[in-house]
Amino acid sequence: METPAHPDLVIDDPSLEGPLAFVGGPYGNDRALRAVLEDAVQRGASRIFCLGDLGGFGPYPERVLPLLDEFEVITLAGNYDRALSEGSGSCGCGYTHPDDNRFARIAYAYTSRRTSDAERMRFGALPRHIRFLRGGARYLLCHGSPRRVNEFLWESACSDAFLERIAREAAADIVLCSHTGLPWTRVLPSGARFVNVGAVGRPANDGRTQAWYAWLPGSSRDVELVPVPYDHDAVARDMEREGLPPEFANTIRTGWWTTCLEVLPARERARGRF
Amino acid sequence: MERSPVSLVALHAPKVPLLSLDTVWFQVAGTLCNLTCHHCFISCGPGNRSHEMMARAEVARYLEEVGDLGVKDLYFTGGEPFLNREILGILEDALRVAPTTVLTNATLIDDRRAGDLAALARATRYSFEVRVSLDGLTPETNDPIRGEGTFRTTIRGAEALHRAGIEPILTVAQTWSDEEDTGLRERFHALLRSLGIARPRVKVLPLFRLGREAGRTRGYEPEERLTREHVVDYDFWNLQCSTSRMVTSRGVFVCPILIDVPAARMGSTLRETLRPFPLAHGACHTCWATGASCRN
Repeated sequence: METPAHPDLVIDDPSLEGPLAFVGGPYGNDRALRAVLEDAVQRGASRIFCLGDLGGFGPYPERVLPLLDEFEVITLAGNYDRALSEGSGSCGCGYTHPDDNRFARIAYAYTSRRTSDAERMRFGALPRHIRFLRGGARYLLCHGSPRRVNEFLWESACSDAFLERIAREAAADIVLCSHTGLPWTRVLPSGARFVNVGAVGRPANDGRTQAWYAWLPGSSRDVELVPVPYDHDAVARDMEREGLPPEFANTIRTGWWTTCLEVLPARERARGRF
Repeated sequence: MERSPVSLVALHAPKVPLLSLDTVWFQVAGTLCNLTCHHCFISCGPGNRSHEMMARAEVARYLEEVGDLGVKDLYFTGGEPFLNREILGILEDALRVAPTTVLTNATLIDDRRAGDLAALARATRYSFEVRVSLDGLTPETNDPIRGEGTFRTTIRGAEALHRAGIEPILTVAQTWSDEEDTGLRERFHALLRSLGIARPRVKVLPLFRLGREAGRTRGYEPEERLTREHVVDYDFWNLQCSTSRMVTSRGVFVCPILIDVPAARMGSTLRETLRPFPLAHGACHTCWATGASCRN
């Protein structure tokens, strides 16, 4: 098991009983992030959480922290943020296929060039997990899985029994994670719940261009996945202007993943176009 | 069974902890195969009964343990799994419990069987993967390794899967140098696309110098062993033996590679194998050096 450099952030605050919003990787897509945060505020979120991976893929990683600050978002560290804070040579996404790693390297080099020392310091201070009690349930927020920052929890690739076990081992009733970029929710036979909140910065490989986040109404445990439209064409143009691969802009314009696909399990892969 | 120096070396070998039992493999066809590939690390073939076929009821007993222990996913291999007459029932049982992958040479897959597999895939909410082994882009490069006519019959099986709606993952043993690697991977992708497979996937595995492969090229040298220095500050999650076990008719082994090494048998039930294992074999060095995993 990993030994986290930073202990879990444990929050005890009355605001947690209200409606909560959870956003996955902004990936340097500032327009999608702003649209999602504004949507959450408009719905009356009493707290907003970000599950890490502030940069990567999108054109403006340097605009993400100021936005999270503006909306007072409570943020944990994704593999990207950890890699940047540690000065690592790669993003640590956990891809195993050379084709996936080729594009991952491009995105990481781009993001790393645009990340200041001050930002790296702040990334290094982000917690690994966030925990709180709400309505008697133990919530655990993490990036990949409760045990690994870069573990992919794909909907079709995790047995119920496995999710039950890792929730139990993490002493959580409701686990919210991200990292894969595809949102899903599951209520397990024991009543424990898993939510993958998806990622804000890259569409969900479903031919739609919206950004997704997770919404938890006040006094409820039923998470709703919310799509938010934004000016995706402008982001695609930003990407082209900044010299990012045309494949990235194509994904933003069409809602279909064109890169880092090899990691997808059969069922998720079959849903996409490529 | 190989007479291995594993028990002597084990005294000094570093140990891999079992961090979490996430993956369970089944040697569902034992070491029985309709092919006799020259690089097979467990020397499978029509007459090899080192490990026997597993019955559906036998697999089902282990599947109960799989559920109890919170295993994430399952893999079925051989030998050739489709020589096992109960394979469809076994896969059906497995897919009720967890995401499942079956590894095959596809030579026994016709349209009817592909249709049966597609029905299994439709009936489950979990991913069902079919991995098809091939070792060359043409009969001229594949058949000397896998056997006369196997390129044609394997491609025919892959086409049947595709027609039925299953996109197989092509599994290739790396019989070429690292320098040639990128170009060859792309050509395997292109081969799949030429069959009409729109989302081609290719998994490349290293060679393990065991079984028939030791005769084809060479066995492990004494210096190809891991020492404690190799695993200082090492992330054991990179080794599949930290998160998986292999079930055969002869019990539970540490990994899919070492089932012919007596010292690699860890128990009769999965629960008995939830403990560390000495990384004493040359094959352990291969996994460490290449970062290889038999998983998808």
